[in-house]
Amino acid sequence: MKPVVVENLTVAYQKKPVLSNVSFEVPEGKLIGIIGPNGAGKSTLIKAILGLIPKAAGEIKIYDKKYRAKDRVVGYVPQRGSVDWDFPTNALDVVLMGRYGHVGWFKRPGKKDTEIAMECLKKVGMEEYASRQISQLSGGQQQRVFLARALAQDAKVYFMDEPFVGVDAATERAIIELLNELKRQGKTVLVVHHDLQTVKEYFDHVILLNVNTVAAGATEEVFTLENLHRTYGGKLSFLEKDQLVVEQK
Amino acid sequence: MNDLLKMILFDANTQWVLIGTMLLGVASGVLGSIALLRKQSLIGDAVAHAALPGICIAFLLSGEKSLFVLLIGATMTGLLAAYCIQFIISSSIIKEDAAICLVLSVFFGFGIVLLTKVSQTPSGNKSGLDDFIFGQAASLVGNDVKLMAGAAAVLIFITALIFKELKVLTFDPSFAKGLGLPTGLLNFLFLSLLVAAVVVGIQAVGVILMAALLITPAIAARYWTNSLSKMIVISGIFGALSGMAGTLISTIGEGLPTGPFIVVTATALFLLSMLFAPERGLVTKWVKRMANNKQLRRNKLLQGEKRSGFHEL
Repeated sequence: MKPVVVENLTVAYQKKPVLSNVSFEVPEGKLIGIIGPNGAGKSTLIKAILGLIPKAAGEIKIYDKKYRAKDRVVGYVPQRGSVDWDFPTNALDVVLMGRYGHVGWFKRPGKKDTEIAMECLKKVGMEEYASRQISQLSGGQQQRVFLARALAQDAKVYFMDEPFVGVDAATERAIIELLNELKRQGKTVLVVHHDLQTVKEYFDHVILLNVNTVAAGATEEVFTLENLHRTYGGKLSFLEKDQLVVEQK
Repeated sequence: MNDLLKMILFDANTQWVLIGTMLLGVASGVLGSIALLRKQSLIGDAVAHAALPGICIAFLLSGEKSLFVLLIGATMTGLLAAYCIQFIISSSIIKEDAAICLVLSVFFGFGIVLLTKVSQTPSGNKSGLDDFIFGQAASLVGNDVKLMAGAAAVLIFITALIFKELKVLTFDPSFAKGLGLPTGLLNFLFLSLLVAAVVVGIQAVGVILMAALLITPAIAARYWTNSLSKMIVISGIFGALSGMAGTLISTIGEGLPTGPFIVVTATALFLLSMLFAPERGLVTKWVKRMANNKQLRRNKLLQGEKRSGFHEL
């Protein structure tokens, strides 16, 4: 049973589609990179799968079923810039939000939820910052808090929207280690990613996207210069030199 | 002063008015905090102004001044205004600030036209409908106050019940949706609570200044804490204090409107918070920085002495 199957997905904000006939399947227990130029519809793809924006056509199946948020199979890490970090709350409280689905309506998170949230903060190396006001965290620390919140959701499939943007090298390392840990636990993780240099190192599987799916499959088969040319078109020129080096290695 | 004391201690109606305005202060402080963080404070202002035509229409249709009927009218036009704003934002290129401004002035203008019309009818000229503009807590009587107090209590209760859901919805709406929360329904529910708080408060505070009771306690409370639940409690207390002060002043002074005194009290609390709150207060920060600079200078001086001592060797 595939964790994620997308068939002929089309999404349009205006007349022009942002995603058109996108189809792919994702294997279980792998790290999957979603790669493509700006405006390729990477974030839109995640949002459409999660039902955050309506789709115009197509089928999306999560473990053979229509996606329902209340099944709690899916965890989500939105872009860090999508929230107001001056919100009056601390790191632990944000991570606890990941437990809200388990806690249920009208009830408050209990002692066990707090323990789980602390455990998740520890996994991202942020336990010392549990009671820190979130506006006083650095960008990398905020990203780690978001990851910890997704871990607290205790899902089987994770969607992460550009978790590596604006974080320092140490945080990037910590995040990728965490993703590998999730993989070892049999979780499936889909990550919107920008840095072509690290794709081969980080991901088992890639989805090359530019409004249409250009290619999807195991990284060594699909992540080729030819496919990248088709994905990025003319925009690849400035990447090409570096990329060639990577290809030849 | 003695008279005031007597009034509070022995006059049942004054006691009810006080309880009513204080509960109202708590309800608007609580909902105002969430509105502030959702960046919807101005929607409260628009809803309050938009209540005026509803009050006038209800009066013209029913021909009597029953608070309950008038508030139903106020709720109708208040909700309509809130949805007009959302509709304009979602379906045109007009941005939120312009949409709110447009709806507020159109509804309020229409309300003033209707108020003029009401005052020309035989029963209307002494109906006291213009008390709704600045609020008149002293003119509240018996069952009206109980209605107000009861409604405010219900609003506080519902907010406490769905606090967790409102919190995640406010901080990160797409994550809330990802958790499976019915975000559309919650948005609607919150907006309805906000409209209800505004409508309930109109008789006491008035349509023009009702927004101050939503916004001012909330921004004052933000200075004192970095926790949402504490902020909401503090904001509720500030709201209650403002409601109480405004009511007392307007009750002693013959015919003084309540709204302006509530606003003045709330603003005083806000100024106090802005200046002296621990950590965030301007004066507090300044004092800390001065102490810090002094310490740094002293350390530097000590280092300098050491260094010059080193050179002498």
